Amino acid sequence: MQEDKDLKEIQERIYPPMVEGDHSFGTVSDKIGDVTLKKRTPFFWFIGFGISFMVAQLLLFAVTTLLAKGIGIWGNNQPVGWAFDIINFVWWIGIGHAGTLISAILLLLNQKWRTSINRFAEAMTLFAVACAAMFPLLHTGRPWLAAYWLFPYPNTMGIWPQFRSPLIWDVFAVSTYASISLLFWYVGLIPDLATLRDRAKNKYFKLVYGLLSWGWRGSARHWHRYEIAYLLLAGISTPLVLSVHSIVSFDFSVSQVPGWHATIFPPYFVAGAIFAGFAMVLILCIPLRVWYNMKDFITDTHLIYMAKIMLATGMIVVYGYAMEAFFGWYSASQYEVFMVKNRIWEGPYWWSYWLLIICNGLSIQLLWFKRFRESPFWLFMISIVVSIGMWLERFVIIVTSLNRDFLPSSWAMYSPTIFDWSMFIGTIGFFFTLIFLFVRFLPVISIFEVRTLLPDASVHGVHHDFEESVLEIQNTEEAAEGLDEKPDRHRFE
Amino acid sequence: MEKNLYGLMAEFDTPTQLVDAARKVREAGYTKTDAFSPFPIHEMDEALGIRRSILPYLVFGGGVTGLLLGIGLQVFVHYIDYPLNVGGRPYISIPSFVPAAYELTILLAGFTAVFGMLFLNGLPRPYHPVFNVPRFALATREKFFLVIETADPKFEYDDSKSFMESLNPQEVFDVDE
Repeated sequence: MQEDKDLKEIQERIYPPMVEGDHSFGTVSDKIGDVTLKKRTPFFWFIGFGISFMVAQLLLFAVTTLLAKGIGIWGNNQPVGWAFDIINFVWWIGIGHAGTLISAILLLLNQKWRTSINRFAEAMTLFAVACAAMFPLLHTGRPWLAAYWLFPYPNTMGIWPQFRSPLIWDVFAVSTYASISLLFWYVGLIPDLATLRDRAKNKYFKLVYGLLSWGWRGSARHWHRYEIAYLLLAGISTPLVLSVHSIVSFDFSVSQVPGWHATIFPPYFVAGAIFAGFAMVLILCIPLRVWYNMKDFITDTHLIYMAKIMLATGMIVVYGYAMEAFFGWYSASQYEVFMVKNRIWEGPYWWSYWLLIICNGLSIQLLWFKRFRESPFWLFMISIVVSIGMWLERFVIIVTSLNRDFLPSSWAMYSPTIFDWSMFIGTIGFFFTLIFLFVRFLPVISIFEVRTLLPDASVHGVHHDFEESVLEIQNTEEAAEGLDEKPDRHRFE
Repeated sequence: MEKNLYGLMAEFDTPTQLVDAARKVREAGYTKTDAFSPFPIHEMDEALGIRRSILPYLVFGGGVTGLLLGIGLQVFVHYIDYPLNVGGRPYISIPSFVPAAYELTILLAGFTAVFGMLFLNGLPRPYHPVFNVPRFALATREKFFLVIETADPKFEYDDSKSFMESLNPQEVFDVDE
């Protein structure tokens, strides 16, 4: 008896329950669905949305001025021809990576804790990519002409983009990433939109959710293909997410600039992206679970797991910093050695490097301690510091590498203008505006996947949650082949 | 009466009951059947005799198309239509052509997975006879349903109805067309 109890305790320590509290299929649907369908929108939502929307107006100001006057209003100069536009692009696109990691890679690794955080992590990905895409587009100064600079379409001028350039690789990587993330998110939403459709009392909500859910009715044949499609999407998103930030890092590492031309860049960028992304997921989900009382679904265990991933990827990033300095020294190139010295202590931007080390290297060391890992307050604070740190990382890589280049006569300082700042802060407002709208109108947690986590979802006492079920879909064929009489088949199956 | 009938629908409370019932329905020789649940039930595929979808092959086809399109596009642009010597590199610079071809492979495979799934499922389909049963709104919430269509060769209204009632459901409904 005592042994059984001990065993159970140990089991719970290793596999903590992912849904807490006493829930059935119905209460799960209500609890998550009510956030959207309940009549009264909570007061804090209006405050949060209002602030975000006001901050987003800075974007309007910055972009209007930019289109009227051109990119001369930015602080970019020679030799720092590339600054806030690429810093913010890389920062945003990196934040998006955690969403795809959670939805695709953790699915393939059968990590059950992804289930209650994947929906809004994917939404975060989409909105972050939308913010990211603005920078390279507007950096062209005339985005309406950018179509023929970026996309290969036959035009009367007879010119094509240069496929040997990493910037074109970027166009393909980012647009594919945005499209596939949107599809992944939307496919996950279809069954939940059907739940909302069937639950909504308001005629218009019913109509809109009905249209968006495409008439989903939960048929077993549909679920079968749905799970296959979901597994395949996860399978192709995994190499996709790793390729996107690798290609973003090629923008730098394919060039000859000291401080950029390093083979460590792709893995170091991918780790940094996931690091920054998990920080943003924590920033979003810590208030969300309190405000909407979602602690049953986003448990403390979820936060602790995310903290551990942040610590692991953060340490990879710190290793990247060490290797960058080592590469500079080991290259024996005077320009590389100079760049390292300039970046760390001799140059005018030495403070940004040390701030970066404090934010990304030192702050996460707190996560080794249970006390900090298990405190939502500290996790929230550390996540904000990490987000700032990851922004500084891109600042350090870009500005300190460029501002003192090969020729001392062309050295110059870089400082952002008010337009740089308003565009950057404006995108943050835009991002949170979209997040608030998403929380208001769509289910923030995947309802049908949470249902599969409940003990009631077991058949004959054998419990398959959504991940396991998706991963075992391959076995269906053998099962069906054993049948004597072939069931009626639709023309396509 | 049967003319306007789409089929019979039985309601169940748990996934286990649904799977057991589906297995019995298949064993009784019914073929035009379907089950509805608020989440995917892995055992249903076997219980209902659903055979594996051709979707993975379509997705593979989509991926290969994307790859060939990516390579073809870049070769056309840089070798056939407008050969341009960039830093003495060959016109067909394979390593530089990898990223765009790779991304197009993923893009087309992903589109095929999603739209192929929706197409094979016959979605979008805003109207379906099963929606005529008011209780069916719970299929996306907490209840489990099993349907035998009138189109089934073995379907006889009275026999099928009593057979369905023998499966121990909460209730059996007539589904109007």
